[in-house]
Amino acid sequence: MSENILELKGIRKSFAGVEVLHDVSFELRPGEVHALLGENGAGKSTLVKIITGVHQPDAGEIWLNGEPVHFNDARESRQAGIAAIYQELSLFPDLDVAENIFVGRQPLTTGRRVDWRKLYAEAGKLLESLGVKLDLKQKARALSIAQQQMVEIARAFSINARILIMDEPTSSLTLHEVDDLFRLVRRLRQEGTAVIFISHRLEELYALADRVTILRDGTYVGTRPMQEVTRDELIRMMVGRTIHNLFPKQDVQPGEVVLKVEHLSRAGSFHDVSFELRRGEILGMAGLVGAGRTNVARAIFGVEPATGGRIEVEGREVRITSPLQAIRLGLAYVPEDRQLHGLIPTMPLTPNISLPMLPAYAQRGWLRDTLERKSTFNAARQMEVRANNIWQLARELSGGNQQKVVLAKWLSTNPRILILDEPTRGIDVGTKAAVHGLMSKLAAEGLSILMISSELPEILGMSDRVLVMREGYVTAEFSRAKATQENIISAATQDIKAGTPQ
Amino acid sequence: MKAQMITESQPSTLISEFPPRHSFLYKFQRWEWMLVALILLDILINVRLSPFFLDARNLSRTSSDFMEIGLMMLPMVFIIITGNIDLSIASNLGMSASFMGLLHNNGVNIWVAALAALLLGTLGGMLNGYLVARVKLPSLVVTLGTYAFYRGLAYGFLGDQAARGYPEAFTYLGQGRMFDTLIPFSVALFIVLAIVFGLVLHRTTFGRYLYAIGNNENATLYSGVPVERIKFIIYTLSGFMAALAGLILAARFGSTRPDIGTGLELAVITAVVLGGVDINGGRGTMLGAVLSLFLIGLMRFGMGLLNIQGQVQGVVIGLLLILSILLPNIAQQASFLKRFQRNGQLVFAVLGVLLMFVAFLLFFFWSRAPILAGG
Repeated sequence: MSENILELKGIRKSFAGVEVLHDVSFELRPGEVHALLGENGAGKSTLVKIITGVHQPDAGEIWLNGEPVHFNDARESRQAGIAAIYQELSLFPDLDVAENIFVGRQPLTTGRRVDWRKLYAEAGKLLESLGVKLDLKQKARALSIAQQQMVEIARAFSINARILIMDEPTSSLTLHEVDDLFRLVRRLRQEGTAVIFISHRLEELYALADRVTILRDGTYVGTRPMQEVTRDELIRMMVGRTIHNLFPKQDVQPGEVVLKVEHLSRAGSFHDVSFELRRGEILGMAGLVGAGRTNVARAIFGVEPATGGRIEVEGREVRITSPLQAIRLGLAYVPEDRQLHGLIPTMPLTPNISLPMLPAYAQRGWLRDTLERKSTFNAARQMEVRANNIWQLARELSGGNQQKVVLAKWLSTNPRILILDEPTRGIDVGTKAAVHGLMSKLAAEGLSILMISSELPEILGMSDRVLVMREGYVTAEFSRAKATQENIISAATQDIKAGTPQ
Repeated sequence: MKAQMITESQPSTLISEFPPRHSFLYKFQRWEWMLVALILLDILINVRLSPFFLDARNLSRTSSDFMEIGLMMLPMVFIIITGNIDLSIASNLGMSASFMGLLHNNGVNIWVAALAALLLGTLGGMLNGYLVARVKLPSLVVTLGTYAFYRGLAYGFLGDQAARGYPEAFTYLGQGRMFDTLIPFSVALFIVLAIVFGLVLHRTTFGRYLYAIGNNENATLYSGVPVERIKFIIYTLSGFMAALAGLILAARFGSTRPDIGTGLELAVITAVVLGGVDINGGRGTMLGAVLSLFLIGLMRFGMGLLNIQGQVQGVVIGLLLILSILLPNIAQQASFLKRFQRNGQLVFAVLGVLLMFVAFLLFFFWSRAPILAGG
């Protein structure tokens, strides 16, 4: 047992009464690259934050070098030799490479002033030993993402980190940069550093990792030597939950095409996206977080208009440059972030629900209070919003009820095309079922729904057809019959540069 | 407290479309009543202290002193409710008035000149609106820039000269009285416009959009509200009203110098914020702003009658402004006030009145001490 540098035993963690990690164990040996694999929301990030002391476990033990430890914050874990590199890099943009490496620990002269000569000399030596070529005097602002990662790794190395955690380090790198990064990671491994590596790209894990631990829905599924486990096996371990028949999707015969998107592009977020949405159809859009799905929705809704391609609504070509235009064309968009884009949390329910339809509740600009009050009350009541009254502030409602308010708001515009972005994220099971029931009912009544979701059961349960996006491209399309967890995951995680859509 | 509200009651579904009934006192828990109380208190003190305070002629003259601030305050309420600011209004006022003075000096008909000034002021507002709404620059920086720019143009138009000799028909705008009453024309104009602006803010879709933008601009945009256009309109309106205030100020002075109205923007913002409009946007009423303008006007007038210097008057108003923002915060933090949470605002009102009373008396005796001692 003492061969493990880090050991987690029976870790449990709850947030707001919801347990996100159930009895998770994890072992890390010195000089290994250990991959951590799981779907979005499987608990990887929480586990990492517990290792680095950002969160404290509710139960379970952390053993470091054979001794139990307890970290109160990230600083304590750093002192114990654990360094983490997150997706969002944390360099100081206006300090140069060498300063960033030694920030907070600058070598001092006897006069308590920064010993710049020593600082640059040591930074140079360090980078050389890592085989990294960087200009020490370059400001971090001017570095590429890959170079910034190198600096972070050098920083971790300079504090003698024995455990390095990398959370999706390759998600924004080019192939060539990935090669450089892997070379560096292998070098660290040779020096005896243990690396925890999180990535959704299975190919990368095969190229780099020694062992892999799989998490699913906050539970520990298993640990395997990377070379002894097949790709299919990994995917099955990741998604192998039983799917409850929670989804009351009725079979409908989709009608004519109401929304047609051709070669839609927006520089830097998605490219050449084409699909059709038919009357009464629910089109699921699957993919990992950051695959560009929300950007496509925003482009269609006119928030961030596309820079290329065509959109046809009900057979007519349209250019949508503002949400107002989109609403007039019969579109509605329930955004991913309720607090930021969906609701005005600091205003009561009535103005929240009436906002997109306000002109309809007014005569020449003068509000007709009674009409507005009656209409919004009925809309809220139809959605079974639980609130004291419609003058309650939106922020005082629970997440599920807030989502119902957003739905009431958009359904009151009588849309013909409804875009739902993560419609059930962060809401309770009961409301979730209600939302799914509503979607099914609306689709049966002829509403066309484009549903973006990162939850595979939701995608599989609700969609008539499934579109999969990866890094801004549509990589696959499956009919309801052909859509399975395995092939959606495969299309969402395959390496675009190497493979072609199946 | 928030968590309490959620758990306190979770009815099965909405029961009534009508607002919940509140106690009689609930209606008085508004900042506007605090302002009314302060106005009454101020009148009471001043009537005690000076026999000249309740003189109709005096009140009439002093009220017109504040109408330029009032006119610029109306669109400023709109702008601050959307969470923005316009620092350039007083400079715009100076630019417009100086432009009119320049045209007048060159023999242009005064009404044509006035119209041109209104147009220039509106253009100034449009430039702010374009930069804030369309280019999406921060309003504080944009209007800080035009604050200097417009004042510079004012000096460019008139240099170190002054424009004088406006015809009597024009000076009526600033000095005239309505019919045979003592009500100044500018006050009547302000009251009419205040009612119009108040109705627009509280009774129209446009006003609702302003609150929505101030509370959550992103969600408002996602709901199909033409946020850009609305911001552009309110800045344009602000420019127009600044020019209008410029005409009235020039008419009242009977002359125009390029430094006309310098520093008024701060008086305007003070009135708006003291009136209960949240400087971060999203909250406040037109009535509150108008009441606070009257409060400031009456306080300055009263202190003027008592020979309290302008700087000291500024100290008092500044203290009042800080207190008005501080009190709710103190009450929220002070645990002994938690018990009164339900009638929170009423507590602020009582406390505020008491504190004001003490502050006022202290200032009075301090500033009058030499006279009292000598006399």
